[in-house]
Amino acid sequence: MNHNDTLIGKPLPKVDGLAKCFGTTKFADDLFLPRMVYGKILRAIHPHARILRVDTGKALARPGVLAAITRSDLSIKYGIMPTSQDETALAVDKVRHVGEAVAAVAALDEETAEAALEDIEVDYEVLPPIMSIEEALTAQVRIHEESKWGNAQKEVALEFGDPTAGFAQADYVREDSFFYEGSTHLPMEQHAVVADFSPDGKLTIWSSTQTPHYVHRALAKVLEIPMSHVRVIAPPVGGGFGGKSDPFPHEFCAAKLAMLTGRPVKITLTREEVFYCHRGRHPVKMWVKTGFRKDGAITAMHFRSFLDGGAYSSYGLASTYYTGALQTTTYQIPHYKFEGVRLFTNKPPCGPKRGHGTPQPRYALEVQLDKAAEALGLDPIEMRLGMLTPANSETINGLKVTTSGLRECIEKVRDRSGWSEKFHQLPPGRGIGFALSCYITGAGLPIYWNDMPHSSVQLKLDRSGGVAVFCGAIDIGQGSDSVLATVVAEELGIDPADIRLVTADTDLTPVDLGSYSSRVTLMMGNAAIEAAQKVRSLLFTVAAERLGCPEQDLSARGRKIFSRTDPERALSFAEAVQLAETHFGMLGAVGSYKPPKLAAPYKGSGVGPSPAYSFSACIAEVECDPTTGLVNPVKIWIAHDCGRAINPLLALGQVEGSVYMALGEVFMEEQVFRRGLHKIPSLLEYKSPTTLEVPEIETILVESLDSRGPYGAKEAGQGPLLPVPPAIANAVYDALGVRIDEIPITPDKVLKALVLKERGDSLRVSVPQFAFPAPIRWQPGEKEKRP
Amino acid sequence: MRTLQLRVNGEPVAREIPDNRLLVDFLRYDLGLTGTKEGCSVGVCGACTVLLDGQPVSSCIALAVMADGCEVTTIEGLAEDDRLHPLQRAFIEYGGFQCGICTPGQIMAAKALLDVNPHPSKEEIQGWMMGNLCRCTGYYKIIESIQAAAEGKGVS
Repeated sequence: MNHNDTLIGKPLPKVDGLAKCFGTTKFADDLFLPRMVYGKILRAIHPHARILRVDTGKALARPGVLAAITRSDLSIKYGIMPTSQDETALAVDKVRHVGEAVAAVAALDEETAEAALEDIEVDYEVLPPIMSIEEALTAQVRIHEESKWGNAQKEVALEFGDPTAGFAQADYVREDSFFYEGSTHLPMEQHAVVADFSPDGKLTIWSSTQTPHYVHRALAKVLEIPMSHVRVIAPPVGGGFGGKSDPFPHEFCAAKLAMLTGRPVKITLTREEVFYCHRGRHPVKMWVKTGFRKDGAITAMHFRSFLDGGAYSSYGLASTYYTGALQTTTYQIPHYKFEGVRLFTNKPPCGPKRGHGTPQPRYALEVQLDKAAEALGLDPIEMRLGMLTPANSETINGLKVTTSGLRECIEKVRDRSGWSEKFHQLPPGRGIGFALSCYITGAGLPIYWNDMPHSSVQLKLDRSGGVAVFCGAIDIGQGSDSVLATVVAEELGIDPADIRLVTADTDLTPVDLGSYSSRVTLMMGNAAIEAAQKVRSLLFTVAAERLGCPEQDLSARGRKIFSRTDPERALSFAEAVQLAETHFGMLGAVGSYKPPKLAAPYKGSGVGPSPAYSFSACIAEVECDPTTGLVNPVKIWIAHDCGRAINPLLALGQVEGSVYMALGEVFMEEQVFRRGLHKIPSLLEYKSPTTLEVPEIETILVESLDSRGPYGAKEAGQGPLLPVPPAIANAVYDALGVRIDEIPITPDKVLKALVLKERGDSLRVSVPQFAFPAPIRWQPGEKEKRP
Repeated sequence: MRTLQLRVNGEPVAREIPDNRLLVDFLRYDLGLTGTKEGCSVGVCGACTVLLDGQPVSSCIALAVMADGCEVTTIEGLAEDDRLHPLQRAFIEYGGFQCGICTPGQIMAAKALLDVNPHPSKEEIQGWMMGNLCRCTGYYKIIESIQAAAEGKGVS
């Protein structure tokens, strides 16, 4: 029993390991309720069409069919962002992408439900589909008739400092254009929901969702029942990556069908339907103009992004701002202008995929810096080391950076990879490339603005010494359950096995906003520490009296509360709980966390602020075959500043998983369309990396302890994805001397670039013209200012 | 309809099933063995991997009648007398899973490998496991877990 024993920083196995490796974890699709029936959704076969008629008469007449619903049953609009609620559970006037939900049925079994979908008659008036950014900008047809900017969902223009003056100070200015193709999350779990409606008017749904709290709000709104009558439970989620962060039609349909039939209803999406739910990576075209001094320092930057948003807003407002927010948290940019526009197109809506709106601009920025370094005759790493955003500073766009381990990350990958012996020195066809990045540890503001906590944790202590921990957080594989158990066990000096977790249940657990924006470890962790310390203080009060020593002398470790100076003086944890319950009554506590006020006083400042930023640096070594155009990653070195790694086994897993997901985006994954149809809505065709495509990896955790995080922790789940695509692109250039300014980097593009190079030309990305609005101007220190 | 007779995780099972019943649905719906997962329905992702007379099969594209007279092993049948199989132990200790949805399929595929090749090289593991997709781990810790199990590490 050592006072200094700690669980923090130990590679403990995950608390859900036994259940997951025994196959006993119950995911949403593994739930079966008595008298349960099955729902299926009829989906649009046109990318853009007016709905003239929907008739479910024949379907309802089929034996075994219990109910059918259409637009008149679920016509209330919803959306994840309060200011862009443009979705309905079932299409009302138009369908805006292939796969959009049009009608739904409930039947005794899945086969009957599927057959009943064929019975539903839908008359469409087909409209011209808009399938690209350029078409959206020029088409006369509007996807959303009521939108105020034509097919533009959101237009943003921000200006910080004086970019014109900044460019005038530059020794060297360059402009580059880039394209980053969309991709989808591809969680191995297909979304599933079970809904149950009881005669007293209360609805319960079990859904594979990353955001039970927002689903709770949306269900109440759309179904027009009080929030207090809606209970959302998220069973363990089989992978999310951002793809289960919106309220979805199948959740509303299952609920409505359960209300109509009086029986539990399950809807499990097929893999094809998961592709239509999407909310994945936005295809983004980017133009960036940057001014440099001779030593590489940036004098000004002007960044433009065009996002292909798909048919609905989803998180698009935030996605748009994110393509311009975090350029400044890695490099000192004294003058900065950002313009962004998100266009509606007739494709499944895009949304937040791991890194949400930041991998695309990071790719553009890091590849441009590589080009600039070459033009200026500088080593790309040395150049960057001279211009890093320092710790404890405020950026030109008002983001407050606390800790930064970026320099250490860079030095670690540089030294481990042998960069100085390899850069420009590897044999032909082999190359090495560098890039770095930054990500948020939770958004500073909630999705709907208020001053309530972002995460809360409640504890209930049992006389046996067991502790029940209640929290709205949902484990999507990232390990939030393990972090929660570890933090409470650490503070109370017990074993994680003594803890029973009750999570992600809107009736039973206090609110946690959800598993998105890399917020859970920091926010839930801080809330858990507060709750546990409150209850520990009660235990110490009674223990001090019983043991006859001051409270400050007490420690809780090894299921004991004991005197540090005389460890023989000890109570078991259970004894202390019993004493405290005798003295205070039933023993429990709550803890809450909300971030400090971080947003700068200008319109649009709400996206980007975070309690703490993570940093990553990556070096990729590749071998390229100039005859086939194939690029093979040989090894990845990645260093990630995650603050304190509460559990290094889990943190390493997050970094490795991020690198893997980036490799998929770099080399093969594309959510693409042909003649209005999804080209490849199947795992037969949508390629993702297997065990054979992942290269050797060397992962380094850098721990810059941040006082805002629990034990100093920051995020690890998203940031490490960001530097991988540009590091690979830069390595391809080192290997072959061609720039691929487009993700994915496929053999045909490499071959084309090699052919063009022979002709003294190069691949070029075209970026559309667009009249952005006059910018909102702001400088650090200024009070609120609008145009 | 036809009567299916087989052994599942060592227990004899006899059921009347429709001819077109898929093995994955038979396991999940008829027997309640929900540890086997369906991830793609086209035999690509490996989440539904079970052993049919020791051979790994994708139960999402196998008819249940194909298992007539066979021994089917699922994730639920792997631990013996509640003692963890070395692969289960290794996946837990080496972080070979995150969300866990592909894990039953990963472990069953790995068991089929170790049954025929108890000491595979890393390349052999990578080659064998390429039919089991995982979106969380990047496979690194899955491969480490299988290596550890093969080397007898993590067995307690």
